[in-house]
Amino acid sequence: MNMPSLTHLQRLEAEAIHIMREVVAEAQAPVMLYSVGKDSAVMLHLARKAFYPSPPPFPLLHVDTTWKFKAMYELRDRMARESGMELLVYQNPEAKARGINPFDHGALHTDMWKTEGLKQALDLHGFDAAFGGARRDEEKSRAKERIFSFRTASHGWDPKNQRPELWNLYNARKNKGESIRVFPISNWTELDIWQYIHLNDVPIVPLYFADERPTVERDGMLLMVDDDRFPLRPGEEPVMRSIRFRTLGCYPLTGAVESTAKTLPEVIQETLLTTTSERQGRAIDKDAGGAGMEVKKQQGYF
Amino acid sequence: MPETITDVADVIYKTDALIAQDIDAYLETHQHKTMLRFITCGSVDDGKSTLIGRLLYDSKMIFEDQLAALESDSKKQGTQGQAIDFALLVDGLAAEREQGITIDVAYRFFNTEKRKFIVADCPGHEQYTRNMVTGASTADLAVILIDARKGVLVQTRRHSYLCHLLGIRNIVLAVNKMDLVDYSQARFDEIVADYRAFATSIGIDTFTALPISGFAGDNVTAPSANTPWYTGPSLIAHLETVPVRGADDLARPFRMPVQWVNRPNLDFRGFSGLIASGSVKPGDAVRVLPSGKTSTVTRIVTLEGDLDQALAGQAITLCLADEIDCSRGDVLALADAPPEVADQFQATLVWMADEALTPGRAYWLKLGTQTVSATVRTPEYVVNVNTMEHLAAKTLELNAIGVAEVVTDKPLVFEPYTESRTLGGFILIDKISNATVGAGMLEFSLRRAQNVHWQALDVTRKAHAALKMQQPAVLWFTGLSGSGKSTIANLVEKKLHALGKHTFLLDGDNVRHGLNKDLGFTDADRIENIRRVGEVAKLMTDAGLIVLTAFISPFRAERELVRSLLPEGEFIEVFIDTPLEDAEKRDVKGLYKKARSGQLQNFTGIDSPYERPENPEIRVDTRRESPEDAAERIVERVIGAWMPVI
Repeated sequence: MNMPSLTHLQRLEAEAIHIMREVVAEAQAPVMLYSVGKDSAVMLHLARKAFYPSPPPFPLLHVDTTWKFKAMYELRDRMARESGMELLVYQNPEAKARGINPFDHGALHTDMWKTEGLKQALDLHGFDAAFGGARRDEEKSRAKERIFSFRTASHGWDPKNQRPELWNLYNARKNKGESIRVFPISNWTELDIWQYIHLNDVPIVPLYFADERPTVERDGMLLMVDDDRFPLRPGEEPVMRSIRFRTLGCYPLTGAVESTAKTLPEVIQETLLTTTSERQGRAIDKDAGGAGMEVKKQQGYF
Repeated sequence: MPETITDVADVIYKTDALIAQDIDAYLETHQHKTMLRFITCGSVDDGKSTLIGRLLYDSKMIFEDQLAALESDSKKQGTQGQAIDFALLVDGLAAEREQGITIDVAYRFFNTEKRKFIVADCPGHEQYTRNMVTGASTADLAVILIDARKGVLVQTRRHSYLCHLLGIRNIVLAVNKMDLVDYSQARFDEIVADYRAFATSIGIDTFTALPISGFAGDNVTAPSANTPWYTGPSLIAHLETVPVRGADDLARPFRMPVQWVNRPNLDFRGFSGLIASGSVKPGDAVRVLPSGKTSTVTRIVTLEGDLDQALAGQAITLCLADEIDCSRGDVLALADAPPEVADQFQATLVWMADEALTPGRAYWLKLGTQTVSATVRTPEYVVNVNTMEHLAAKTLELNAIGVAEVVTDKPLVFEPYTESRTLGGFILIDKISNATVGAGMLEFSLRRAQNVHWQALDVTRKAHAALKMQQPAVLWFTGLSGSGKSTIANLVEKKLHALGKHTFLLDGDNVRHGLNKDLGFTDADRIENIRRVGEVAKLMTDAGLIVLTAFISPFRAERELVRSLLPEGEFIEVFIDTPLEDAEKRDVKGLYKKARSGQLQNFTGIDSPYERPENPEIRVDTRRESPEDAAERIVERVIGAWMPVI
């Protein structure tokens, strides 16, 4: 029998679309967390496909730290316009008032702007289901997380007592105050994401492609001097280098790689030939020893 | 087996020639890969994690920084001496690393030239059976590992049974650690023969057996020189060529559970869903189940333009030629070959909650996109998963697997699980905690719902109520024995009657002696008692009456069940809130005394719990309010709300 089989990307796409529609059908107030990175870009594209010709029936939420790359803010505003979705931007007022920044406050920066900011934003709007672009191949505690990840009223995650999740039947029921984080692209790998962007012309931030950019080498990381808030240490002088980013976050915390890959196939080629994982450039994962991400997730980080 | 960082790095640095030379050609190949989902299972220390670690690293899925972390972790926590302990790579939770066991499923990914693979590494311990079932439910294939030195063990049998139960048809028996039995063919043959005898007894007709060593790499990615007597494919070669799921689904008639109705404007109405089986194209005649109405597909709409055809496994939105009633929970099916509709089934259940199944209690049942209220009868038997014996049981405890009848409050569109995972697999959700407490596989229907004719009555419930000039309702009094439920309910009924309302009071005296005289006071009987009272009360509201009930009704779930039977707003929960000491002091019938002295079992408040209502419509605090005042307030609330209905 010569039956056509779906390719792996078709299966992954269908799975993600199915998940998003289940959430919209069963949750009262869903929202999509939009971080402007490549995973968010794919998630947004999948949402547009899932509900076409309707616009996705939920807003985009950007939990902002005020320290993202300029190019990210540009793409964010453009994508909100093009998708016809409402864009909510949340900045933790306390972090803002106290001037929390990645240069002076280290781990507190992530905790206040991102973890606390996210919890505050979800509570403020009463969202009971939030889509996130996390993937299981990123990190070992994520490899264990369900697609519908249940959170207590205080946003806690109990990794040892997750709801069983069978077939593609998702239990979206919860009591008042409780919420669910939903990861539609759980089963995608970094390569799948790139390939999907390539095949579907999904718009992404230009920082993923190599270009000459002002950089400083610090603590073993190559950082981009994206604006004049970057405090140069004595002897530091921004140097133009051909760089690109494998992941995007707050610019002072995100390490670049030297690269000449200017097209998607070249980026994919480099990705496949690299010998380090994509999160390696992120300072966040290195806190709290080997279980850094698991601890952060229990506290409410995405 | 490379055992140092340098050896491993050599393997990893060896780059794929095609990627380096012609990335476009590589992407073209990768784009057309299919995907296989499989699980690995077996006893503790059978080497599952080591095998997965090897698969990941042989396909270059472990990066330099991860490897460096792994090497340092191996020295600190590993069980392999100075060698790399791959288990640490897959056991991702802190508790797992500390205890050296796998608690939950970990999903891992790798590619070969032909396929993308998703591996679910499942826990082996019996106490984590529910997590293994989670992993198995989405798998196309199972790799069952056996330690060549130990042979077929209890866990091997349990895991094989679970895989078969979940409908995994491709079973690979990987006889591991062959290096530790000198690659002995005789030992391999002996284990395979043992396993075949067992497998046949539980209905596994075919499986593929391979002699491997996850640690040394024999027959994992390439045929091994150590096993010249084995001429079959390597594990990877087998995984690359086994048929993926979907071929079966595609060959069956079209079915698509409707997830969501897409209505961006008045001119467009589309039905979104994931195609469970078959294919569909514009012009196809389809039937909406359970209504049975038919129509024709006009378009298959996507962001990139309309499709000529869509296949099983695709998530689509389609439009119909006619304006027929169709919404979430309905199933679109090939018009000439629709699935069955029924409301009573035989099912195999896997219980997944610490709190055991309560037969007769209502749970939410989710199957495809349908969610209904369902009860499970007392199991016919449970299966001892280690010996496959069938044992008598009154309930299902955590991790138990049993066969029972399932009854739903509305007809379900279904197919037997062996034919369709989508229309045959379901989960049970506790109505109070919302936890997923069980999973089940429908086997067959016990009674076709088509045979139950709902009499379309000309005299409607609205007509009954209109004639009596009142809004029907159930005033459900709940509280401890001796709290004053009957006293207050009687007062309320007298007052309503005096106001010209048509009422009826159901209480222990007129129900327990007749309708429910076959029931005792066990939890199961109490639940059945309340269920029957609820159904009778519902019929009486259909007749237009205001019904008052006075039962302890200690369990929240049963009260919520009755609430769900009635239209919104017609169930009024009246909580008579009396402290236990007051009720016990009063002890009108001398029951507390008997319960305290042990003459009376299962007495609410003493040795059986009372679950307080969380949000009752009316709460009466008997320390602050007299029965007369309370009755007046209830009548006012009830009449006040209903009066202006014209």
